[in-house]
Order: sequence, then structure tokens, then C-alpha cells
Amino acid sequence: MEKTKINITDEIAIHISDMNKWFGNFHVLRDINLEVRRGERIVVCGPSGSGKSTLIRCINRLEEHQKGSIIVDGTELTTDLKNIDKIRSEVGMVFQHFNLFPHLTTLENCTLAPMWVRETPEKEATEIAMEMLEKVKIPEQAHKYPGQLSGGQQQRVAIARSLCMKPRIMLFDEVTSALDPEMIKEVLDTMIQLAEEGMTMICVTHEMGFARQVADRVIFMDDGQIVEQNEPEEFFKYPQSNRTKLFLSQILGH
Amino acid sequence: MTNIAFVRKKEIPPSAPPITEVGLIGWLRQNLFSSWLNAILTVLSVYFIVIMLWDFIPWAYGGHWNTKSLRECLDLDPDVACFSVLAARWKQLLFGLYPAEEYWRPTLTFIFLLLAIVPILFPKFFRFFWFSIIYPGLAVWLLWGGSFWSISIVYIGLTFGTLLFLSLIRRYLKNYMIAAILAFLFTAVFFLFISNPLVALLNVILPISLPFVESLKMGGFTLSLIVGVTGIVASFPIGILLALGRQSNLPVIKMICVGFIEFIRGVPLITLLFVASVLLNYFLPPGTNFDIVLRVVIMVTLFSAAYMAEVIRGGLAGLPLGQHEASASLGLTYWQSQRLIIMPQALKISIPGIVNTFIGLFKDTTLVSIISLRDPVGLASTIRADQKWNGIYWELYVAIGLMFFIFCWGMSQYSQYLERKLKTDK
Ligand SMILES: Nc1ncnc2c1ncn2[C@@H]1O[C@H](COP(=O)(O)OP(=O)(O)OP(=O)(O)O)[C@@H](O)[C@H]1O
Ligand SMILES: [Mg+2]
Repeated sequence: MEKTKINITDEIAIHISDMNKWFGNFHVLRDINLEVRRGERIVVCGPSGSGKSTLIRCINRLEEHQKGSIIVDGTELTTDLKNIDKIRSEVGMVFQHFNLFPHLTTLENCTLAPMWVRETPEKEATEIAMEMLEKVKIPEQAHKYPGQLSGGQQQRVAIARSLCMKPRIMLFDEVTSALDPEMIKEVLDTMIQLAEEGMTMICVTHEMGFARQVADRVIFMDDGQIVEQNEPEEFFKYPQSNRTKLFLSQILGH
Repeated sequence: MTNIAFVRKKEIPPSAPPITEVGLIGWLRQNLFSSWLNAILTVLSVYFIVIMLWDFIPWAYGGHWNTKSLRECLDLDPDVACFSVLAARWKQLLFGLYPAEEYWRPTLTFIFLLLAIVPILFPKFFRFFWFSIIYPGLAVWLLWGGSFWSISIVYIGLTFGTLLFLSLIRRYLKNYMIAAILAFLFTAVFFLFISNPLVALLNVILPISLPFVESLKMGGFTLSLIVGVTGIVASFPIGILLALGRQSNLPVIKMICVGFIEFIRGVPLITLLFVASVLLNYFLPPGTNFDIVLRVVIMVTLFSAAYMAEVIRGGLAGLPLGQHEASASLGLTYWQSQRLIIMPQALKISIPGIVNTFIGLFKDTTLVSIISLRDPVGLASTIRADQKWNGIYWELYVAIGLMFFIFCWGMSQYSQYLERKLKTDK
């Protein structure tokens, strides 16, 4: 199975240099350097507590970094609230626990941000929302509340909700790890489809099959540092550092 | 050879449940006599209800309505109620010392109140919300009277300010802060220099006014409603702001909110009411005429706003962090996310507590009798001071209690309806 790399351009989507972050005294991210090009699909893996979530949450400022710089789509993340809101509206994020808005229907979940942030008229926002719900294959659930959907359906709504903002970059934080096995596939399929359409994606995941199939690059983190990165084939066949080897042996179960 | 494999060949059709599970008997069995303990409790409760009603019903049902005084009642039959006091004084219980020829004004205000809350309580009628907006001014004018224009000018000024603010942010600047300050300044100028001559002019051109009724004439249930409804309406938004302020990242705002909430919660309402009625006069410059009803309303509002803030904070704390993160990650600003995502859910969780606070506030309005305002409880003493009704207690308090019960029960019913309606998880 050969995947297409034609999507990757020379344009830089995310540029992180010498980025450091502390939680109080705890040095959670250390000297992170990462360049993501438009159209690139990146999988981040690593043991629990290694700082994967924190890293991608820094990219849309859900966490604040203390040193170094993060430039997203040419805009640097500083304390300037305008920049932050701008970047957030262009970077979509999907969470492990879906975080849908339970008091709104599926459709309202999807139209809310376009209408309030982009000031899209309701009619147009609804059309976009239905289009995205078709894409994740649950248009028939549009008028239900999140509490009435299965986990896999909720996660696909969450993806659709992000897509409605027409983001240029998508962040996924372990989006399948709260799901039952039979629902994982439907969510992964949606993500694969997105990847094939050329979306710039950073996915924190332990689904190594997914990494093999869609990733252009796999990044391994441990102790708040990027320990190793490589193309998936190389990464899985010839891991370089001992920490990576240990991690892979644990996760692949031999 | 044993064969454990099994394939169903015949479907079992559904049948009705046994008779002991359905109908009246089933209900009684499940709810009142499900166990020995339950059965004993049922019998005891029925016993207590019966002995309570045993005396009450004949007392209330046989009551006198037409006597001239308590003496006359006792002479007729001392064992039944003497409701004559209500027949003689019901107008006072409802309207206090309000001039009798103007009773139509509080009555109309009350009818309008019922109409004005409909669009707020039932979103179906939201298109009549404009009436809820003009109601406060209308109510103030009807109750206190005076020139129609001096109330309308407030609305004109505020509309002017709002329109100015909106057009400023639409057309010229995107900065809310500057637009708000500019709009505020212009509105202030309007009220300081333009409004008075304008009112004078309008009074000449088209004089519309009602006879003025001073605050000390307000009383009875009218007063309870004035204080209670204003307190409820005003304490709700203040409570929301206090709750948000208490969670703020800005230390100064947080400190002010925490200080205010803790201070108010630590002080009895009666103390605040005394401050409103007596002490405030020492602090205000002599000669200022700060309306007593307004002072009481402010104190009651602040008091319940502090409680409201804590109730809403409970609701905010009940929301998962993920809701904040999801709305932030979509690019919603702080106020958008509070308004569209956080508050609707936090308020929904807090409905029982909020309504509890409302009901508490409404009943606490009876405390104003202690600073000699004539709410129904205060009036009960006034009525007893009359020779004819000296010594009458039960009848008055039963009637007052019933009036309060109707309103509080209504609020509680509405909150249950709202909770059912907002349920989205099934
Ligand atoms: N808000 C916080 N305050 C303090 N420490 C935190 C906070 N969030 C995370 N941490 C710590 O930072 C470290 C990295 O956390 P992070 O959630 O990024 O790990 P992760 O790689 O995503 O792990 P997992 O696979 O379990 O999700 C952990 O040790 C965690 O305990
Ligand atoms: Mg994580």
C-alpha cells in the first residue's frame, strides 16, 4: 500500500522552535523543535505522561508555553488575544472525550462556531454543517442531542463540528481511546478520508495501523522531549533509540 | 448422547403482567405498601393528616364572613374562623395605604406583570419580549404616578445609548471597550443636560400624568410583589456576574467578588434592612431624598445576588473542563463561550438552587415589616391594633400564608417544568 505524498507542499503550516513549557516547577516540554508543512500528516506517540497532549494543546493555546516560539500559519502565538482567537478559528481540535455541547443538537453543535466566529448566515452555516455531517456519514442524526448518540457517532460529530470552521490544520488528541473497539474503525475511517483529502493533521494516537497507513512522519516523545522521528516504515522497522524500541515492543505486544 | 445445542422453534408471545402489578391495586402495593416499614409509615401519615384536617375543615368551612368585629364572631360561635376580618380589610392586605380611588393602578400593574413574564418563561412567546422590556418603566409609572415623560425619557436615553454603541462597533471601530466608553459618555451627557429640558418641553406639549403616590403608601401584597419581583429580576444577572467574577483570573475582580459575597452572606438580612432604613441617612448628604422602597429593594437584591452567585458557581463547577476547551478551540471569545456554552449549562444544573433562592427572597420580603413598612405581615399587626379586631391571629396568617404559597408554589412548578423541558440526555 503506497500512500500519496503529492499533497505535501513547501509551505510551512506550523513552526515550533526551542519551545519549553513548565507546569509550576515541572518541566513538561523541553526544547521542542518541529516544523510541519501544509498537507503533512503527523502521528505523535509516546508513553503516558510524556507530554503529547500538552504539545498539541500548545499549538492552539489551550496551554501557554513559557519559552521559544510557536508560529501557526504565519501568526506567532503571543499573549495577544486577537491572534489567539484567529489561530483557534483556523486550527480544529478533536478531543479524547468528544466535548460536544450537550445542550445543543448535533446540527447546532456544528453551526454555532461558524455563525458566531465567522458570522456566517444561519442558512449557509446549516448547509455547511449538513455537508460535513454527510462526510462523517451521520446526516440522519442532525436533530438529536449528543447524549442520544453512541460514542463513535459523537466523536464523528466532534470531527464534523471542527470541520465546519473550514480549518487549515486539524489536531487529534487520542480520539479513539475512549471508544469501544467496534467504534474505533468508523472514526479512523473518517480520519483516513480527511488525510486523503490533504488536510494538515497532527494526531496523538496509539493506533499504529493508522500511523502506517496515513502518516508522513511519526514522532516519538518521552519525558517532554522529541526522542525520535522518522517515516513510518523506517520508524517501525528500524527504531534507533532504546526508549523507542522499548515503547514499540510494549505497544505492539512482543 | 446429550445435545446442548438449542434452537428456538416457537416464539413466546408477550402477555399482560399479573394483576397485582398494574391498576390501582398494583400502584398501592408498589408505592404505599411495598414493605412492612412502608405500610406502617403510610398508616401513620394518613392518621396525622386526618387529625389535622379533622379540626381545620370545620373551623375554616363554618367560618363567619359578615360580622362587624371579632367580639361579634365569638358571640356567634367561638369555635369557627372569623374571616370577617378579611372581608373588611382585604383591600388593605392587597394594596396597603394606596389611595382607594387609584386601586386600578396596582391591579393593572399586576395584570401587566403576568403578561410581561410570559415571553420570559415560555420561549414560544418570545416575539412579545418587547413588552417585558417596557414593563419595568410602565410599572413604575403606574404605581408611583407623576409625569409619563420623566419615565419615558429613561427609555429614550438608554435606547439612544444602545443604538449609538451598536452603530459605533458596526461602522467605525471594532473595539468594544472604546465604543462602550463613548456611548456611555454621550448617554451621560444626554441625561445630565438634555433630558430635563426635554421632559419639561414634552410636559407642555402633551401632558400625560397620573397623581403621584408616595412610597410610604405602598403596602400589602403590592409591596411584597414590588420588592420580590424587582429583587428576583435584578439579583439574577448580578449573581451571574458575581459568580463569573469569583472565577476570574484577574485578582482584583476576584477579590472584590469574593469579599462582597462573603460579607453579604455573613450578615443577616434584617441588619441590611436596618442599614437601609436608618443608617443610610447618616451617610447620605442631608436633604437627599433616597426612596425607602428603592433602598429596601437594593438591599434585598444585593442579599440574594450573593446567594445566587454561590448557587451558580456550583453549576459552573459542575461543568467539565472539556466544555471550556472545546469552545475555546473553536475560536469563541470568552464572553461568547460564557453566553452560548457555559452559562446555559451551568444555569440548567443550578435551576433548583436558583428557584430556591428566588422563593427564599420572596418570602424574606416579609422582613420589611420590621422596619415598619406595611407588607401583609406588617399590616396584620396594624389590623390587630384596631379595637374591632384585637386578638385575631389565625385567620390573617392563614390568608397571608395562602397568598405567598400560591406564588412560591407557582415558581416551584415552573422550575420542575423547565427541568423536564431542558432534559436532553434521553
Ligand atoms: N494542568 C496540569 N498541571 C500540572 N501538570 C500537568 C497538567 N497537565 C498535564 N500535566 C502533567 O504533564 C505531563 C504531561 O501530560 P500530558 O497530558 O501532556 O501527557 P500525555 O503524553 O498526553 O499522556 P497520556 O498518554 O496519558 O494522555 C504529565 O506528567 C501530567 O501529569
Ligand atoms: Mg494525553
